[in-house]
Amino acid sequence: MSDVTTTTGAQTRDLYGLVAEFDSAEEILAAADATRAAGYTRTDAYTPFAVEGLDERLGMKSTRIGWIMLLAGTIGGFLGFYMQWFANVVHYPLNIGGRPFNSWPNFIVITFECTVLVSAFTVGLVMLARNGLPRPYHPIFNTPNFENATRDKFFLCIEASDPNFDLIETRRFLERLSPTRLSEVER
Amino acid sequence: MAVRNRERTVLETNRVIGRNQTYGHVDDVVDAPVLTHPRATPAWWYIGFAIALALLGMYLATVVYLITTGIGIFGNNIPVAWGFPIVNFVWWIGIGHAGTLISAALLLFRQPWRTSINRFAEAMTIFAVVCAGLYPILHLGRPWVFYWLLPYPNTMGLWPQFRSPLDWDLFAISTYASVSILFWYIGLIPDLATLRDRAKNKGLKLFYALLSLGWNNSTKAWQRYMRAYLLLAAVSFPLVLSVHSTIAMDFAFSQVPGWNNTIMPPYFVAGAVFAGFAMVLILAIPLRKAFGLEKLITMRHLDNSAKLMLATGLIVVYGYMIELFIAWYSGVEFERFMALNRVFGEDHGIYFWALIFCNFIAIQPLWSLRVRQSPLALFIISLIVSVGMWLERFVIISVTLTKEFLLSSWGDYDATVFDWSLYIGSLGLFATLFFLFIRLLPSIATTEMKELVHHDEHHGSDYFETIRARERGLEVEG
Repeated sequence: MSDVTTTTGAQTRDLYGLVAEFDSAEEILAAADATRAAGYTRTDAYTPFAVEGLDERLGMKSTRIGWIMLLAGTIGGFLGFYMQWFANVVHYPLNIGGRPFNSWPNFIVITFECTVLVSAFTVGLVMLARNGLPRPYHPIFNTPNFENATRDKFFLCIEASDPNFDLIETRRFLERLSPTRLSEVER
Repeated sequence: MAVRNRERTVLETNRVIGRNQTYGHVDDVVDAPVLTHPRATPAWWYIGFAIALALLGMYLATVVYLITTGIGIFGNNIPVAWGFPIVNFVWWIGIGHAGTLISAALLLFRQPWRTSINRFAEAMTIFAVVCAGLYPILHLGRPWVFYWLLPYPNTMGLWPQFRSPLDWDLFAISTYASVSILFWYIGLIPDLATLRDRAKNKGLKLFYALLSLGWNNSTKAWQRYMRAYLLLAAVSFPLVLSVHSTIAMDFAFSQVPGWNNTIMPPYFVAGAVFAGFAMVLILAIPLRKAFGLEKLITMRHLDNSAKLMLATGLIVVYGYMIELFIAWYSGVEFERFMALNRVFGEDHGIYFWALIFCNFIAIQPLWSLRVRQSPLALFIISLIVSVGMWLERFVIISVTLTKEFLLSSWGDYDATVFDWSLYIGSLGLFATLFFLFIRLLPSIATTEMKELVHHDEHHGSDYFETIRARERGLEVEG
């Protein structure tokens, strides 16, 4: 199968996937249902805004970014408090008016700020990293009319690496969803 | 018939987005000012920017003179060691708070009306925090060693004093600034990708392509993005409350009568939101007019902001009453004297009554629907509130310090010309950044607006209003 020539002349091994273009969020939700029902697993959709429920309909698992953030925030808060405790109790204890070295109520503000700072930057940077950003090149940008994915068009891509992918069969399947345009996208 | 028209107006007011918007139309309206050719930029932008730049020049000149001469150029002295620099710092940081509150708290509470005002409100926050953050650094006396406040391994073997409110401020403000910038930038990424795809000019395209990091609108990316954005909002919300509480505690940790007060943190936070919403209205009203954004920033946004301004304003007034009550109830002679001096003092009593006018009397018209429907009235009230909140900080800080415990150390405070030039110059710094922002970045979050358009089309954002109107026998258009 791997050497079949596509309509654009590319070999299937150079193919990133088949991309169908739709006009509305409803159509792409329906298309996502059909794609999943047909057994495709390596799929993604590209929409101008976050369409509610599209990730579930494409069979995507929920993200674990919240747990990462909880962990990071806990560590950040602990380190923030430890820094102040270490400075005031171990490394440079100063007796001011007989107050305890570990005057913890005074340390709460900085502990809180460290928790927020570390958790916010972790969640932001992990989100970017897991999405592979910054990324200078992505094959999906070869799709004709893809600049309208940020405007008002909705794209569904079945990737060539999908175990069920078959150029002719998959093409026929996508045509049945009646997209406004169907493109073979090269890597 | 009059009643019916009035109901119709209310119905129109309740829409968070104008009728018959499409995804593409939102893009076109919002991106038009950004993508126009420099020659096609309206004249008002150039004029405004030039004025802002001139004020910024004054700011920079004052800063250079301050650094080369020392903080003796300010009117601060004993007993009023905290003059304009702290007044203006607290004023600016308060203005910043509404931005984060709109973007974080209203997102968490699922308020769809936040969407069209959150982007420029966040920009306002960041620029206000820049203006605010420079004040404590500049008033340090030796601003070039401000990093001594940071815990870093140094040859002196010293730690900063973590028990000091000055150090709390450093942590609070730097965290607030960096988290706000992160939140803002992450919110901007999909809109920057939109601009990348819309830009015709090669250089501009490259600029937005670099900023948007290769965002491709993939569903998996959206899923992580939306979750991350929500989580950032969840930590930003308590952050807002903590920052101004920390600043209030800077005061409350002292023993100065009138400052050593447990009402300070919530009272300061309410004041910050009050001043912040005033600034949101000051910026939103001309912006929607200038860029033709009336269908995206609707009367409902102005109405809701005005209601929030009224509510927080009343909390602030409650704070004034509690301050006076506590002064009396404490039975402490110095506290009582402070309150009397603040209200009836012959030199400074006028400031107190001016602030009562600005923050209490001037907001009372907001109870009326007709006033909340009038952008001009809202604009004027917001300006008065901004002045009022500045007066409030001036009264709390400078007037309180003039007459404290010892008769022998009573003194007066007069702002110098450099106090004023630094303050007016910081308005120029804010305006410069804001003019650049509205020219280079979309002032409305387009991707989030598209969600609203989608929602409006399919579920109808005014569904319940329509039903209620039908029940009252009104004809409903559209």
